[in-house]
Amino acid sequence: MTATTRAPSKRRLRDRQARRASTSEGRGSFPIHTRGLTKTYGDLVAVDHLDLDVQAGEIFGLLGQNGAGKTTTILMLLGLTEPTSGSARVVGLDPARNPLEVKRRIGYLPDSVGFYTDLTGRQNLRYTARLNRIPQAVAETTIDAVLDQVGMTARADDRAGTYSRGMLQRLGIADALIKDPDVLILDEPTTAIDPIGVIEILDLLRSLVNTRGMSILLSSHLLNQVQSVCDRIGIFASGKLIGVGTVEVLAERFGDGLAHVEAGFDFDGDAQRDEVEAAIRALDGVVSVERGARHADPLTVAVRPPGAASGIRQEILAMAAREAYHLTSIRSVVPSLEDIYRRAVSRSGAADPGAVQ
Amino acid sequence: MTSDELALPTTPDASQPEAAAEPDGSKTVDRWSRPYAGWMVVARKEFSDHLLSIRFIVLILVLGVAAFVPLFFAASRIGSAASSVSGSPALFLALFFITSDPQSSAGVAVPGVYDFLRLFAPLLGVAFAFDAINGERSEGTLPRLLSQPIHRDDVINGKFAAGLAIIGLVIVGVALFVGGVGIFRLGIVPAPTEILRLVAWLFLTLIYVSLWLAFGMMLSVLVRSAATSALIGFGSWFGLTFFGGFLLSFLAGAFAPLSDTLLSTDPDKYLANSGLRDTLFRILPNTLYGESSIVLLNPTRTSISSLPASVDQAVQAQQQVGSLLSLDQSFIIVWPQVVALIALTVVCFAIAYVRFMRQEVRA
Repeated sequence: MTATTRAPSKRRLRDRQARRASTSEGRGSFPIHTRGLTKTYGDLVAVDHLDLDVQAGEIFGLLGQNGAGKTTTILMLLGLTEPTSGSARVVGLDPARNPLEVKRRIGYLPDSVGFYTDLTGRQNLRYTARLNRIPQAVAETTIDAVLDQVGMTARADDRAGTYSRGMLQRLGIADALIKDPDVLILDEPTTAIDPIGVIEILDLLRSLVNTRGMSILLSSHLLNQVQSVCDRIGIFASGKLIGVGTVEVLAERFGDGLAHVEAGFDFDGDAQRDEVEAAIRALDGVVSVERGARHADPLTVAVRPPGAASGIRQEILAMAAREAYHLTSIRSVVPSLEDIYRRAVSRSGAADPGAVQ
Repeated sequence: MTSDELALPTTPDASQPEAAAEPDGSKTVDRWSRPYAGWMVVARKEFSDHLLSIRFIVLILVLGVAAFVPLFFAASRIGSAASSVSGSPALFLALFFITSDPQSSAGVAVPGVYDFLRLFAPLLGVAFAFDAINGERSEGTLPRLLSQPIHRDDVINGKFAAGLAIIGLVIVGVALFVGGVGIFRLGIVPAPTEILRLVAWLFLTLIYVSLWLAFGMMLSVLVRSAATSALIGFGSWFGLTFFGGFLLSFLAGAFAPLSDTLLSTDPDKYLANSGLRDTLFRILPNTLYGESSIVLLNPTRTSISSLPASVDQAVQAQQQVGSLLSLDQSFIIVWPQVVALIALTVVCFAIAYVRFMRQEVRA
């Protein structure tokens, strides 16, 4: 796969400007914006008074267990399911009132996407292009471009019935990109793709945001992927958004109030190791210093409050220079989203016992 | 497209971007807001899918048999009788409804073309629609399809249109083939009214096919599994065709009983029984189609039912001079049947439509 992105042609830019202008969508407003969005199925509350804002040009990750309401939310944003109450605005439009215009401007990759097995990948994409009323000549070049972007050019003329799950997902992303959307909504985009493919896809998503200012909403339960690509994350549990923000913000909110710094040294002997440990422990704000299991493992320094971590890092650096210790590495440990997520879900469960089964 | 691209640089007000962008922008919006024929895109795709599918081959085979077999036997019969019936008003149309002479076809009366269609059109209708919606569901293509900028009913309308178009195409082809053979091999030239009657009958056949298409479509919406839907569809066809008549005759016997032996039966009682049976049989779409087909194809038929309603009427009918009906009079006779067929079609399609519009996208 090549990570090249289509340079937006003049025409596309003009199209987009015209579309923007036609929907009185001001600069700085949210491409996805919901207030009190609720969906109930009988007694089951699938989505519960959701207030969600996705900014222009960001990748927003929806994180949640199966059945947390992610897909229902997405279907309401696309106008495929009517909300019970509350309002949603997508690219400034109400999907319940104006579904066609909304669907024209949103690329959507459904959960476990399917294609017509008797048609080739290219024929499937051609059908989508026709449904979007893209003129044939434009469609062919666009199809070539999106196939290249997702790395499916080589298999494009095989029947979709012969594709693996991961290839179907790649084709699904291509399918969502054909209409040159303003917003991309991806439901579990990388679940069946191999690890290297995942990196390629995530790179592609990042480049789409950077070069075309697209907004991307993706739902996933693969935490490290979400963490690596998303600008902001929303944690979803029992139809409620229990936390929104960057990983750092979420860590601060749901963390244990500690930040961690890893410092690797090449010690001359155990005496020096003890000396260094004591020196670090003496620094203001350091809670504990722990050795790794193996001799060469770096020291893990716990810092409270988390904001003091960068100061501590500098002090360790300065100390190493001053005392001529062999400092081999020093870095802040990014809090694990898994920990944050687990704490967030269990905390919301404790605060609202009725919401969790 | 190209003219659009070319038009921009030649815009005289290139120095004023706002002025230049305005008309172009409104043109773009125009293109997007034009009445959206999403169903045509769906229909076009479904049509080409059908053309390449196995069921299309089955369609050709079934309708080929429906055309060939009756034609073969009817031709010999018409050929041998043509000299005596020359000048007979509906000889051309006889190609479509005449049954074979039992003597020339090994003692079996081979039904006419319309009889074959009456039997097999339901099969074809169901075959082209039973997996229309649930197939999309099980392939996982439905959410993707519905997230494209089309209305939800475009999907069901397009699929219905494609099914009707493909069956209709083949039926019209078969009719032309039969007519062609009649003209070239037998030298029977159709009169203008005969052509009109043929067109009317083809139209009726399309209504009959669309009833079963709508029925199949309804099953594909209501039943989640395509296999179950096919089973119910073909089961209904089989049941109606082979057991429906038996069951309804039994019902008629229960409400208007005949005496133990047919010979001792009072004629009025006999006619009451047959009348009730005829009425009950009109619940079945194939009766409706068969009755109206024969009236449309055969101008000598002056009533929908071959049975008189009473003994007096039977006597009257015998005294009547055989006369020909004009097309509009035939229309008047079949009108109730046609309306009933249309109504059944609309009911099936409406159920499919309403349920599909309300269904959740997810399985």
